[in-house]
Amino acid sequence: MIESIVSTGVAIGCIYALIGITYNVMFSASRVFSFTAGTLGMLGGVLGALFIAQMGVPLIAGFLLVLAAGAVFGIVTEIVAVRPVLKSLDQHLYVLSTLALALMVQQFTAIEWGTESRPFPRLFDIARSDFDQEFWLPMLACAAVIIGLELLYRFTLVGRAFLAISEDNYAARALGLPERGLRMASFALAGMIGALAGFAGGEMLLAFFGNAPILTFYGFVPVALGGMGNNRGAVVAGLLLGLFQQAANFLVGGIFASVAVFTVFIIVLLARPEGLAGASLQRRV
Amino acid sequence: MDAAAKLRPRRANVLGSTSTFSATLPLLVLLLVGLGFPLFGGGYWGVIATRACVYWVLVSGLNLVVGFAGQIAIGWVALLTLGAYTTSVLAAGNVTPAFPPYLALAIAATVGAVFGLIIGLPALRLRTFYFAITTLGFATIVTQVALAWQSVTGGGVGVPGPIFPEPFSSQWGFYYFCFGLAAICTWMTANLAASRFGRALTAIRDAEVAAEASGISKPALLVPVFLFSGAVAAAAGGLFASLQSYITPDAFTLDLSVLFFIAILIGGRGSILGPLLGTILLTVLPELAAPLVAWSTFLYAVLLLVIVLAIPGGIAELLDFKNRRPLASGRAIIPQPNLIKQLFDEPREAGTLTIERLAMNFGGVKAIDDLDLEIRRGQVHGLIGPNGSGKTTILNVISGYYAQQHGAVRLNGTALQILARRQRARMRIARTFQTPRIVGSASVLQNVMIGGTVDGKGTFVESLLSLPRHRRDEDILHATAMLALATVGLDRLAQVRANRLQHSELRFTEIARALMLRPAFLLLDEPAAGLTTEEIERLGALLLAIAQVGTGVLVVEHHPDLIFDICHHVTVLNLGRLLAAGTPAEIRSHREVVNAYLGG
Repeated sequence: MIESIVSTGVAIGCIYALIGITYNVMFSASRVFSFTAGTLGMLGGVLGALFIAQMGVPLIAGFLLVLAAGAVFGIVTEIVAVRPVLKSLDQHLYVLSTLALALMVQQFTAIEWGTESRPFPRLFDIARSDFDQEFWLPMLACAAVIIGLELLYRFTLVGRAFLAISEDNYAARALGLPERGLRMASFALAGMIGALAGFAGGEMLLAFFGNAPILTFYGFVPVALGGMGNNRGAVVAGLLLGLFQQAANFLVGGIFASVAVFTVFIIVLLARPEGLAGASLQRRV
Repeated sequence: MDAAAKLRPRRANVLGSTSTFSATLPLLVLLLVGLGFPLFGGGYWGVIATRACVYWVLVSGLNLVVGFAGQIAIGWVALLTLGAYTTSVLAAGNVTPAFPPYLALAIAATVGAVFGLIIGLPALRLRTFYFAITTLGFATIVTQVALAWQSVTGGGVGVPGPIFPEPFSSQWGFYYFCFGLAAICTWMTANLAASRFGRALTAIRDAEVAAEASGISKPALLVPVFLFSGAVAAAAGGLFASLQSYITPDAFTLDLSVLFFIAILIGGRGSILGPLLGTILLTVLPELAAPLVAWSTFLYAVLLLVIVLAIPGGIAELLDFKNRRPLASGRAIIPQPNLIKQLFDEPREAGTLTIERLAMNFGGVKAIDDLDLEIRRGQVHGLIGPNGSGKTTILNVISGYYAQQHGAVRLNGTALQILARRQRARMRIARTFQTPRIVGSASVLQNVMIGGTVDGKGTFVESLLSLPRHRRDEDILHATAMLALATVGLDRLAQVRANRLQHSELRFTEIARALMLRPAFLLLDEPAAGLTTEEIERLGALLLAIAQVGTGVLVVEHHPDLIFDICHHVTVLNLGRLLAAGTPAEIRSHREVVNAYLGG
């Protein structure tokens, strides 16, 4: 039983962590938390099922199409919901504009794809085992994203430019960095990460439009607890969240597992609004 | 209040204008239409109309949270669910002995109030997106619990909704029951909106710093708002369950939350009529064409995006014809300093505000370094110095925005508590800001009335029900605000929306707001910045008059002319230290000051 809790918990935790990283990548570039993070995860699952199971696209091509779709949605988010309100005096408009966009996509999916959850194809045709691909795929995706981001930020010029923008937007612009281009690139990158989360977790979460608000919420918990913009904090908090949720599920049953998660989330946030990792608060200027 | 009475007191109302009739007219028309609705609406439209009423009961309360307090509560459907299940389960009696439906509804409202507070409390500590996510999380969880807790909620099978006994059991009977509650909610929230509580909510939303300086306590204000909002939302849930006649968790999707939330934003923040129209619109819209039903939430989301990007003011701003008439150009601000005596009509004692050995650093930078200062009532005290010399920092320490590392600020000898900025208003220490902090969507008059919030006597409930003490508060605040506006020379712009004013007018508005406290000490942060020479002269005369009635005025300024014309005492700072202090004449001839700052 313990193995089952751990493998499910870690796998789910990896998905939450990936959505958390999606939030963070968008936040670093724009100081905006976008409601579309969970929507991206939902799209990863739905589009994966659509391309591979329904349209019969080969695995690799289907995967790349899903990532591309995520990137496109990321860019659309930036253009439609973020850029127009960044300069606005009312600093909270982005909450509403990204919420509106997330809802539009979610509803569109509900209408065109259906409101029932549909199966996600088995990606690799190997026999089921205790440690099945539905568990190790999200873990693999999470590890790949963490390593990939680390390499990007450390060794490439673009990655450093991302860091510069997130550290100090004005200074970066004064140095002549193309702020708008970098922001769009960040949103495209976030889109791919979000879609990857949904794709890798597709076998667990299924292709279901209702995953959007659930992932939006549970994916934000690691951000809030790990400290905003802090990817390592998000991974640790995401894994803890997944394990805690599964353990609570096993111990107190389905009804109160989510209540327990929610309660812990609220209590931690009220006690430490800056997150457990304790990154200092920054006001969006 | 003799003088104040001359300026006819008249309460501001729903739309913030004093012309009560034109503002309440739309609500009266809606009331008549609603009462007469059964005459021309048949069968199915009766259900739609009842649904609109039920939704409005919830939205009216949520409007205070979202539209007035500006808290982004997107998961309010959770309270509807809670109320619906509480009422249904209690009335059905499958867990407890069966309760009469009305009692069940009342219990649901009480439970809703408690949960409204629980959902709302994080808003006191968390910022916008965090709060939005928290409410969203709560909404998903309540639905999950409703699904899983089968022994009580019937799980996916659901429970029958309550049936309210005669005379409200028939379709139209139930309609009138819901309509009556909706009308009461409209009346109560409109009362509140036009009270000091409603204005304080908008101040927290748009100008939190100014709200604090006016002594407005966010927790004390938001707690009753969340209680009220939760109670009416849960009551709406009970009505909703009865209207549906059978409820399952499927009935409470996030789509409903979106509808409630968007109805408010489409209507316009800080309005009652707007969100009311928004609710009716969104309830009726999907019924006009069959394909719209499936796409309704999608359309709401599109509407939300359009509203956010194109018309942030919503319907209320579109309907605000009064404020579309162009204002007279080249209007002058002519203060009437002689009115100040009417404003400060009580005898005032002497007193001092002293700063003792104050030191404050930001990291390694010494912003203030061992400084002493004394401000006496009845005098104008000028504080000048180059940029970065610590002038504004001193002002922020006095008014409780910064915590000093050493030293104390004493009012008549008693040390002021560090960072207790809301207490300053009760101690009659008022201030203005370098950049005016104004509620742009409220009228100038309402902005000024915000300054007098701490002087209200009535409670939240008294304002909801428009009881005598509330009305007396409003009359006094209104009269005082008009007097303050006349004093600073803006009485003709009282009804204008504040975001239409010029910069200089906003500065005088802030002074009027500060005067509402009848301050013992008035701290002004660069009041002359952006003013014309004539306006600076008039400002000087006004400040002198304010000092003459026994107020200690501290002016942080860059304009030497203003300082030397009106100050009784001038302190010159450089790099956080005292460079010179004395009368204007002494300072003007002080060699170091002339070299360092004034120029030869």
